[in-house]
Amino acid sequence: TFDRRHNSTHTPPPARYGGRHTVTLIPGDGIGPELAKHVCELFRFCCVPVDFEVVDVDSSMASEDDIDDAIMAIRRNGVALKGNIETNHNLPPSYKSRNNLLRTTLDLYANVMHCQSLPGVRTRHRKIDIMIVRENTEGEYSSLEHENVPGVVECLKIITKTKSLRIADYAFQTARAKGRRLVTAVHKANIMKLGDGLFLECCKEVASGYPEISFESMIVDNTTMQLVSRPQQFDVMVMPNLYGNVVSNVCAGLVGGPGLVPGANYGENYAVFETGTRNTGKSIANSNTANPTAMLLASCLLLDHLKLHDYASMIRRAVLSTLTETKLHTADLGGQGSTSEVLQRVMNAVQSTGPRTLSM
Amino acid sequence: MAGTAWRSAVSQVVGALKKESLQPRTFTRGIHTVTLIPGDGIGPEISTAVMKIFEVAKAPIQWEERNVTAIQGPGGKWMIPPDAKESMDRNKIGLKGPLKTPIAAGHPSMNLLLRKTFDLYANVRPCASIEGYQTPYTDVNLVTIRENTEGEYSGIEHVIVDGVVQSIKLITEQASQRIAEYAFEYAKNNQRASVTAVHKANIMRMSDGLFLRTCREAAEKHKDVKFNEMYLDTVCLNMVQDPSQFDVLVMPNLYGDILSDLCAGLIGGLGVTPSGNIGANGVAIFESVHGTAPDIAGKDMANPTALLLSAVMMLRHMGLHGHAQKIETACFDVIRDKKALTKDLGGNSKCSEFTDAICQRVRELV
Repeated sequence: TFDRRHNSTHTPPPARYGGRHTVTLIPGDGIGPELAKHVCELFRFCCVPVDFEVVDVDSSMASEDDIDDAIMAIRRNGVALKGNIETNHNLPPSYKSRNNLLRTTLDLYANVMHCQSLPGVRTRHRKIDIMIVRENTEGEYSSLEHENVPGVVECLKIITKTKSLRIADYAFQTARAKGRRLVTAVHKANIMKLGDGLFLECCKEVASGYPEISFESMIVDNTTMQLVSRPQQFDVMVMPNLYGNVVSNVCAGLVGGPGLVPGANYGENYAVFETGTRNTGKSIANSNTANPTAMLLASCLLLDHLKLHDYASMIRRAVLSTLTETKLHTADLGGQGSTSEVLQRVMNAVQSTGPRTLSM
Repeated sequence: MAGTAWRSAVSQVVGALKKESLQPRTFTRGIHTVTLIPGDGIGPEISTAVMKIFEVAKAPIQWEERNVTAIQGPGGKWMIPPDAKESMDRNKIGLKGPLKTPIAAGHPSMNLLLRKTFDLYANVRPCASIEGYQTPYTDVNLVTIRENTEGEYSGIEHVIVDGVVQSIKLITEQASQRIAEYAFEYAKNNQRASVTAVHKANIMRMSDGLFLRTCREAAEKHKDVKFNEMYLDTVCLNMVQDPSQFDVLVMPNLYGDILSDLCAGLIGGLGVTPSGNIGANGVAIFESVHGTAPDIAGKDMANPTALLLSAVMMLRHMGLHGHAQKIETACFDVIRDKKALTKDLGGNSKCSEFTDAICQRVRELV
């Protein structure tokens, strides 16, 4: 049967028309739509040559047509900015996580999150600078489960040599490109000897090809302990899917929370940008209290990917300088500022640096 | 279905029987015999320290020391020595020091053997900030309850084809029911207000979904304890920002492993964290979870805090709250005083000096 979703043997050309890029925008649920709107506003204000093709995904629908359309749009444009799509985990397994479907179908194999201590944000630990490279398509997220005997469920975790080599290579390439000096592989190979053992073997194999970069490995439970006591010891970390989930959330919490860290999902042909910790933020939706920093920084990663570096730096500078204004901090940072106030301040900061902006 | 009704009836009866044996046991003249497994490395010296402190505190405990080096039984199956098994089955309560994990000794780790022998299904780790031992987190007061027999650690792995490995995570209704029941009972017996189930059912719909359902069913039976559910990533995210919002956490094996070590890290590491393992038939083994530290073994440098706090947990489990409180207070007071700390706590006293300081404080508290 013809499976529209998986039929991709040809890389579409980069979507540039008249010097402008078209980027797929998936607002998602919770705080997603309002943050997406803010990104659009900011881009228009800064005259960024990006047009958004908005694709809504209705997470309450049982049919997968919505997510299939979104995937098709991303194939068309090559790049996307997305909010988190809610997954109702009380529904039966036939209803799959839309976010996961998107990642696996487009083979966005590397999830990269750069957690840095930011000026203006008070945290218990300082000088954190960790780059997390997480395998994004297999491992525990293979969604292969069955119940052979009533009351006994088996869930399969798949680790393959190909994907482990691929993610390890990605981690070392990134480390080399950014001048990082240490890559730590996080695993539980003492217990899952075959699965995580294979992952570790692959990392070691790739490490031998990058002699200028040190390679270490650490068991995941020790890793979390080390992260909360001395996070400064880590540089680049590479790991399978589930441990990546844990470690990236711990690191995001260490540098100030889910409102600050952007995330990127890279594949061979496509790139999708989102907030690092992938929260829907249902409880604070539409209250003008969400922290737009993570989404705005994600949009800067998007601009860098499109090689619009000047715009990226301009917006990033404005966002980070706004972060130093404590009285504008939103609730997640312990303040009472509103999203719109933060956005206004970002726009002011951009305007004051002198580039051409849309008059307000 | 008739099958389900029969199964639940049986489990209710078994549950009632189990409840009986979880009550504290009183022997003749109120002296409880406890199996003591000193362990390897620093194990013997910290066990001696604990025994000394208990003696000074006049705790009604009689220690029965046993060794658990693995031996090969008939048929080549590895097992713990029969006298150790017999002692534990008789006494039901045990205290264990660190055991070394042999590499290439041919037999599985001792901890695994103990777990299988006594069906130690629940690993309980109370993590509370220690006033005298500063960490960046000062308001931790939670308990992690981890299912310890199945889940991701079932050890079932296969090579499908060259380069493709599958590991099987097993979740059963029976084990999930058992751990959920235990979590709520623990909450009730220790005056904890809420139980949070930690899961990833958005991705692992069937397995964590089953775990979650059984937790909800147990919550229905214990309406006086609040129940909520949280994704693993949300717990991790919130734990490092504000750990005070968590109370009792119950979860399957892997998440429990990671989270319990994360929480231990919040309060200062494995050197100060107590731990207890609850088994079927009323067996409970309390242990220190740090390593054997062979580099400082025999040098009177070890820190007995973890084993001591586990022993205090044991006293509470047995209903001896008065003695437990006394010993725990003495230990925390000495740490707060900072006059006789071992090296890992930031001082340079010997283990024996630290122990003596606690004994002195216990005498003052009597």
